Amino acid sequence: MESSPLLFRALYMDPHGTSIFTTFSTPGNEIRGLSFFVLAITGGIFLVVSALLIHVLVRYRARPDDDSEPPQVFGSLQIELSWTIIPILIIVVLFLSTARVLFSVQDAPKPKTALDVVVIGHQFWWEFRYPQFGVVTANELHLPLSTREAPRPAFIKLTSADVMHSFWIPELSGKTDVLPNRVNEMWIDPQSLGLFRGQCAQFCGTEHARMLLRVYVDTPEQFQQWIANQQRSQPELNGNGAGFGNENSASGAVRPVAAVSSAPNKVAGNTSGNQNEPKYGQFVFEHQACINCHTVSGTVASGRYGPDLTHLMSRETLAAGAAENNPQNLEKWIADPDNFKPGSLMPAMHLSDRDNAAIAAYLETLK
Amino acid sequence: MGGESIPVGRGIEVGVERPARPTYLEVVHSWIVTVDHKKLGILYICNGLIFLLVAGVEAMMMRIQLFFPNNTFLSPFTYNRMFTMHGTTMVFLVGMPLLFGFGNYLVPLMIGARDMAFPRLNAFSFWISAFAGLLLYYSFIGGVGLSGTGSAPDVAWFAYAPLSERAFSPGHTVDYWTVSLLLSGIGSIGTAINILATVFCMRCKGMTLGKIPLLPWLYATLSFLILVAVSPLTACQMMLMVDRYLGGHFFDTQAGGSAILWAHFFWIFGHPEVYVLVLPAFAAANEIIPVFSRKAIFGYPAMVAASVGIGFISLGVWAHHMFTIGMTSFGNAFFTLSTMLVSIPTGIKTFNWLATMWGGKIRFELPMLFSIAFLFQWVIAGLTGIMLSVSAWNWQLHNSYFVVAHFHYVLVGAIVFMIFASFYYWYPKMTGRMLDDRLGKLHFWLMVIGFHMTFDVMHFPGLLGMPRQIYTYEPDRGWTLLNQIVTVGALIQAVAILIFVYNLVHSFFRGEEAGPDPWDAWTLEWATSSPPPAYNFAIDPEVASRRPLWDLKHPEDPDSAFE
Repeated sequence: MESSPLLFRALYMDPHGTSIFTTFSTPGNEIRGLSFFVLAITGGIFLVVSALLIHVLVRYRARPDDDSEPPQVFGSLQIELSWTIIPILIIVVLFLSTARVLFSVQDAPKPKTALDVVVIGHQFWWEFRYPQFGVVTANELHLPLSTREAPRPAFIKLTSADVMHSFWIPELSGKTDVLPNRVNEMWIDPQSLGLFRGQCAQFCGTEHARMLLRVYVDTPEQFQQWIANQQRSQPELNGNGAGFGNENSASGAVRPVAAVSSAPNKVAGNTSGNQNEPKYGQFVFEHQACINCHTVSGTVASGRYGPDLTHLMSRETLAAGAAENNPQNLEKWIADPDNFKPGSLMPAMHLSDRDNAAIAAYLETLK
Repeated sequence: MGGESIPVGRGIEVGVERPARPTYLEVVHSWIVTVDHKKLGILYICNGLIFLLVAGVEAMMMRIQLFFPNNTFLSPFTYNRMFTMHGTTMVFLVGMPLLFGFGNYLVPLMIGARDMAFPRLNAFSFWISAFAGLLLYYSFIGGVGLSGTGSAPDVAWFAYAPLSERAFSPGHTVDYWTVSLLLSGIGSIGTAINILATVFCMRCKGMTLGKIPLLPWLYATLSFLILVAVSPLTACQMMLMVDRYLGGHFFDTQAGGSAILWAHFFWIFGHPEVYVLVLPAFAAANEIIPVFSRKAIFGYPAMVAASVGIGFISLGVWAHHMFTIGMTSFGNAFFTLSTMLVSIPTGIKTFNWLATMWGGKIRFELPMLFSIAFLFQWVIAGLTGIMLSVSAWNWQLHNSYFVVAHFHYVLVGAIVFMIFASFYYWYPKMTGRMLDDRLGKLHFWLMVIGFHMTFDVMHFPGLLGMPRQIYTYEPDRGWTLLNQIVTVGALIQAVAILIFVYNLVHSFFRGEEAGPDPWDAWTLEWATSSPPPAYNFAIDPEVASRRPLWDLKHPEDPDSAFE
């Protein structure tokens, strides 16, 4: 079949793929080694049994001119014993080799240099926290390279905010389910730089298919830089939206929508240039329901229900990988999340095109 | 030989009376009020076939959606309903009715009884199961939920809590699912009690435990499994209802409930259920393979022991569906070992079938063709099962398309293929007419080609990281071509199944007369006319061996001399 060399490449060589046979982390490598061993044994059994079956079918087919019944054989204890005991021996081997990998991965001690990561599954996105650094981000996990000389495995605690999910990056490790009201644990020590992709592997609702995962493995220096950037909070651009409304942000957050929609008229004259768009965008953002769900650290936005947007522009994708993170997509996404992800829990706010563009312009400042 | 039966034991001579042609209304009435195990069996089978077509359409819709990446043929809402309904339908409304149908029809005949032990319970079980099916499908029109959440359940066939709780599944779709499964569970338990009582209390004279044909033996085993396994399902459905309507917190994680609890309950049911479905396939193979190899089954005691062994071991393997849920390493190791142990009795059965064929004179009639394909596919399904039991590897394979391919290999490659074999083998007994051979051959080859295109190829997207139950995927993941091959294969299978259904209808009116014993077989059902009269046997048969008709046909070399 034409697809077989393609398939081979996909299974063993594709640098962008998610094959379980191209692994770059200890648990993944151990599993891969075990899987080749099991494949060899089961492949051997398959060859023997199908050879026997084909032999029987050819050798003992009925001949057209022969109506007599063959000799009736009712069984043989010796033969029964042989095909009972040989499989038992095979199973002992399989079980012991599985148990070795199982215990070495699951019960590995946590080294002092380990990085702590907390993964929280949400319908339909991922929240990542780095408790050692006070960093919260979403959907794109950054990890430092772990080498034999400087091991820096990530020890990950997983829990869910709503329903069951499952955390799976095939090139690094197997799945660990993400359950509400329970904390599971796993670890990975990525030994190669680059992007590793995965996605939620436990059906969790409408947009289960678009709950994608990206893991970036950085050099230790890049990782430190990334952490330093993520620790920065964002400024209020213009004194809590002063100039767009008379109240301060504390009361502004509960202002009726009607008051907000009057704001564009006030500023329409002096925002022909783009430089005021982000300010106005922040004003709209902070006076809409956006901040009930989203956090922009350093500002009044401190919602916990949706992804943290503090450094949105440091991410390559939107909506848990549903779209590339660029200005057009961002605006489209804000206007109506159903454009990329029907069933996403973020509602369309039915704002004017200008407000949507302004929010996008504001979010684009969140580097 | 049309109207006669082969005399068994003390010699039976039965002429079938042909009463005056009943009116249409009388026919319908007779089928509705019937307590005859044969009519109920046929009702079960028709029920299963109708839902097979419905669930097949659902499968085709999913395959069309997955033909292109980012396809918009189905919305995510619809797609999620499709796989939930496909899975639930195939297990509860296709698999169970078909297996109960053949069981109901064949078990009393094969043990020389005139009916099941409890004929009225039998009718009750059928009608409540049929009602459960209608109730589930009524959710398409009656189940519109709050905020338009849907018109059919969309929580996957295992309905993991808390997704199935009210917080995440408002509206009534999950309620339809829950109540429907509760009712069908009551029907299943009724039938299980009935089959157990029939096999153990209704056997004809001379049929000791060691002389029961393998089919009734296996049906007794799976009935026992149903009794043990369906109860937890019923229990957890009730707990879910309590959560949803009475403010309980069994699975309500926001109030301290446990999501894992549901998973344990469901799979304590779910895994034995797989064996409930596959044992009838084994049962049919146990009857068909010897007849078409012209040899007695090899190692009858080992086959019985292996089947009962599978039944017992399968009660202790459920958590192999949960290797990723966060069990301790010892828990994982235990279920790895117990799951691997299942392969020993299963291997014994496979080798015994091979040994039965060894030295025989194999006739490649349609039932045997399907059985051979079954044997081959069952070996592969078993081996991928061993791969999945390797818990560390399971962390990668779990919930991927590899698993989907594996269990479809079991459910289609083994069970559906043996259901087809059973149709070709016993349809003449049930209707008195043979199924058309040319259509049957076409069905067989299309089915084999379609099956392997679909389910062989389906393993690979799983190895490439494709999870199950996703309504779409990105174009750059390398899954596109594989999914397209799978979809084309599914289309071929759909054509094959349509040909099969046409054959069933066509041969009912136009098929060749079968006579009581078209396959030159050996068990009691072939001793009476086709179709059998309401009372099955005019005189209670009496047997001296496992193959009474062999004894009769070969008085010089009877089995009874060796058993």
